[in-house]
Amino acid sequence: MPKTHRPEDVERLKVGTIIRKDDKHSKMEVEIPEVKSTGDYNKAPVYIYYDWCKKCGICVAFCPTGALGRRPDGAPYVPHPEKCIHCEMCDKLCPDFAITGAKRKEK
Amino acid sequence: MQKIPQRQIHKYLRHDKKFPHVWCPGCSNGIVLGATIRAIAELGFERDNVAMVSGIGCSSRMPVYADFNTLHSLHGRAIAYATGIKMYKPEMEVVVITGDGDGTAIGGNHFIHAARRNIDLTVILINNYIYGMTGGQYSPTTPHGDNSTTTQYGNIDPTFDICKLAIGAGATFVARTSAYHVDESKSFIMQALKHKGFSLVEIISACPVIYGKLNKKGDAPAMMKSMKENIIPVKQYEKLSQEDRINKQTRGILFHDTEKKEYTAAYQELIDSLKKPEEESNE
Repeated sequence: MPKTHRPEDVERLKVGTIIRKDDKHSKMEVEIPEVKSTGDYNKAPVYIYYDWCKKCGICVAFCPTGALGRRPDGAPYVPHPEKCIHCEMCDKLCPDFAITGAKRKEK
Repeated sequence: MQKIPQRQIHKYLRHDKKFPHVWCPGCSNGIVLGATIRAIAELGFERDNVAMVSGIGCSSRMPVYADFNTLHSLHGRAIAYATGIKMYKPEMEVVVITGDGDGTAIGGNHFIHAARRNIDLTVILINNYIYGMTGGQYSPTTPHGDNSTTTQYGNIDPTFDICKLAIGAGATFVARTSAYHVDESKSFIMQALKHKGFSLVEIISACPVIYGKLNKKGDAPAMMKSMKENIIPVKQYEKLSQEDRINKQTRGILFHDTEKKEYTAAYQELIDSLKKPEEESNE
């Protein structure tokens, strides 16, 4: 079996961040604020796959509510998870398939 | 360990290929690939029943990453290969991914003749206004006055309108949109796949690393924002005065004809009509 790059073999460490085991670049220290209010949705509104991200900034520029922000190295993170409205604009506009919206919780 | 919600796109990617993909940061080709995969997934086509054909160029790297029947062919000849597939297997959905230089300069001849025959291909033409892969030479769609590495003092050529060319050549579904309008691209690709006959979807895309840099258009988000402002629906464009129309382009379904006969169907009719007298004579 060839080694796959599927995001299944990724581990979620903190809210708003996922880091792959063998990823050296995403080991930088980043402050990630705690989630204040989550509503009916999952705690983390988006999952970011830093291995595939090329730091173009499209997801941050077109986030309609400003839930996404940029780290010092240019990659996105989620400073305001409570602002996310699950429009999935970042998901659709990401050219690298590196960010995906968490599904809404079914009531 | 918590599982990440798999997006639809990840099911259709070849995960044994090298990721992240080959395109530059901010290139719209990935957005178009996402829209194409969403369209195919929403229509519920089986993977084995879809063929994705491409020539050479930045956009033509796309079939490498998509898990369908794929063919990465010669420069400009994608439509010729796709015609061969469609003639042999008329029930297969054949999608051609091509760029502005690949489709209209080098493969222009194949393009107009496939449109004339009205063969059931879906051509997704990604127009980034430049030859990106070979280093930024000017293409037939480079706007008048813009810079490229071979037109350093401005391009003096008039620009090609690909949609008008396709309508003139006889295509039966012609639509134009931009990479920023992702939902619209998805719906146009879905309609083009459903349409029986030659269908063209021109998607205007951003090339921030080569075209944007040479013409000072800014980074990827700035180019996407200018697309959002300058590519407007046809009705809105018609209301504008002549002066305001400079630098604006239309988007929407520009032409749709369902009456013209499809090529493979006409070919099958010809085969059937020639078979009948032979069978009767055998009896």
